[in-house]
Amino acid sequence: MNVSQARYRRAFAIAAVAVALSAVTGCHKKDKAVDPSTLGPMPAATAAPTATLTADPAAVDLGQSVVLNWRTQNASVVTIDGIGEVPANGTQTVSPSSSTNFHLTAKGDGGTTEANVRVTVRVPVAPTVPTDTGDMGSEAAFHQNVQDIFFDYDSYDLRPDAQTNAQTAATYLNAHSAIKLVIGGYCDERGSAEYNLALGENRANSAKTALVTAGVAASRIRVISYGKEKQFCTEQNESCWQQNRRAQFSMDR
Amino acid sequence: MGGTCLDSTPEAPIHSRFASTMKEMNFHPARFLAQSIRLALATAFVLILSFSSQNLCAQDWFKTETSSGVSNIRIAVADFKAVSAADPQTVPLKRTFDTTLYSDLANAGIFDIVSKSLLPQTSPGAPAEINLAQWGAAPTSAAMVAFGALGVSGGRITASGFLFDAKNTQFPQVLAKQYSEDANEEMARQIAHRFADEIIFRLGGGVPGIAETKIYYIKMGGGNKEIWAMDYDGANQHEVTHLGTVSISPRISPDNSRIAFSSLGREGFQIRMYSLLLNRAVNFPSAGGTNLSPAWSPNGRDIAFSSSRSGDPEIWIADSNGGGFHRVTSFRGPDVSPVFNPKTGSQIAWISGRTGLPQLYIMDTDGSAVTRMTDGGYATSPSWSPNGQFLAFAWDRKYGPGAPGGQDLYVMEVATKRWIQLTHDIGRCDFPSWSPDGRHIVFANTPGGRAASTRIVSMLADGTGRRSLTEAGADMPNWSWK
Repeated sequence: MNVSQARYRRAFAIAAVAVALSAVTGCHKKDKAVDPSTLGPMPAATAAPTATLTADPAAVDLGQSVVLNWRTQNASVVTIDGIGEVPANGTQTVSPSSSTNFHLTAKGDGGTTEANVRVTVRVPVAPTVPTDTGDMGSEAAFHQNVQDIFFDYDSYDLRPDAQTNAQTAATYLNAHSAIKLVIGGYCDERGSAEYNLALGENRANSAKTALVTAGVAASRIRVISYGKEKQFCTEQNESCWQQNRRAQFSMDR
Repeated sequence: MGGTCLDSTPEAPIHSRFASTMKEMNFHPARFLAQSIRLALATAFVLILSFSSQNLCAQDWFKTETSSGVSNIRIAVADFKAVSAADPQTVPLKRTFDTTLYSDLANAGIFDIVSKSLLPQTSPGAPAEINLAQWGAAPTSAAMVAFGALGVSGGRITASGFLFDAKNTQFPQVLAKQYSEDANEEMARQIAHRFADEIIFRLGGGVPGIAETKIYYIKMGGGNKEIWAMDYDGANQHEVTHLGTVSISPRISPDNSRIAFSSLGREGFQIRMYSLLLNRAVNFPSAGGTNLSPAWSPNGRDIAFSSSRSGDPEIWIADSNGGGFHRVTSFRGPDVSPVFNPKTGSQIAWISGRTGLPQLYIMDTDGSAVTRMTDGGYATSPSWSPNGQFLAFAWDRKYGPGAPGGQDLYVMEVATKRWIQLTHDIGRCDFPSWSPDGRHIVFANTPGGRAASTRIVSMLADGTGRRSLTEAGADMPNWSWK
């Protein structure tokens, strides 16, 4: 910085002398004294630097890169904050971790020019709040305690293992009364689409009934049947069909 | 109907009319038309269940007919004569017209159509140009001849079509029609459909043809399902809805003005309504729960559907604007896929899982007189024939774990609960829908076993004359009421 300030002073001094000389040697213009605040002295020999800085694209997702592109004229030293001294013209690829203002300073004998560009980085909002937020509990704890319920083929009766699941789920839900949940009813790919949607509704309702019986308020539960329209597993075997025949719990936000 | 075997006695000997060629026609020409119409009226659209006297249980294949005892009329369809060959559009449009007309009559199910290779060389364009004796004689041996002239000029397509009785030398003309429309492929097809429907109406017992009807269906793509429409022969396939979600069970209103369907939204599946007059979705209130499988009453005033708004999926009826809804069934288990008796409007057939696997039931629209129709297996997707006598439905009679079985289409006579199997060994079949003339059934066929291979196929109501209307990726066809 000291060096460039010194250069600046020198350039300014030279310019001032030149102006003074021209005044003395009979310029008829009634030039006032130099107003330093305007950086007004414009000697023909030392034009002020120009600078442009662009970023492409101007907005990216986290992890993606941006190409910075800059052009300067009449500058002897060009710096970009965070990058350092760079050539007078150039490009550089950067991958900022958050939204950043890139600031370019071009210094030359004619003065200093700045250019700015803002790169917006879209940081995905975490779909789950990893920390325990009081009554809601965490997503992980929810899925650990509120597990999907699986059904026998063409049945919507709760099996013994499902009864256990429902009890565990109800205990957890009763301890976290802020949680609202959606129960999705699903069927395997066999059978007819319309009947499977009705069957999926019955499956989700069975799961809901089990929770309500165990003390979970019905108003906290929403039921949606997907039938066989949203297959979880798409292979044609019993283990896959079993995965699809389920009531799936998720937090209702 | 205990078990899987029909215990009825043989009703009639097997007829092999669909397979055989026309027998010698020694009728009186002048009486031919009236006679055939009378016979057709007496028997048309009544599926005569004709059972072989031997060994039905062993193979479950038997023959059905759409008009037993009536010989199909042998009809020759001449390529139309080009009137103004100067216009470059004439040749392609005439080809479209000729192909469509031939295909319409060949697929009507009531004709013995003469192969084009057996026709006389000349194309008569007007009554004065036809040598009827030549068309009536072997090898053409036509009883009826359809012919005419078609030309394009000034952006208009003009066609005059005739239907002549080849055996009536004195007054051969049965029909004469003129058409003038904009000259494009679509209109060339349309006037061929209209002329075909006129012929079918005259020779098919006075029942309107179906060449101008539409089929609505579901097209799968990118995880979504949109509603599409096409002509009855698979031409002119186009998208109707653009909702970007899963829409299923399209049901066209009896007046062709609205499509009721079920669509997945934030609150699950709800009944929705699309106006074909406004070309947009119109309001249909939802009242909670999952709402599925709408069905129009024949007068277009009511809609029956499955709704779980009271907890269990039951059959409900609302007016066509969604108001005045009331529950019809009340029994634990899924109730879904209602369909009105299109003849009376006073009965509903539907699918219920109240005893376990889904079975076919009928009841009156007030919920009384519940009658179970199937005796086991896995029955779904009923469609009631236009004359009210038959139910077509999908049935997997050996459904269960470890028994992949086949889901095929069956037709049951409502009055007797006797049934016949329509499809065999072509993969899963589902969603039958009757044509308005009751002679055809369109359905979804899944030859590859995977949902993505599902396509739409049509056939005659006796299971013959099967042909694919779409590529893979189409499902749930619904035939328009007219």
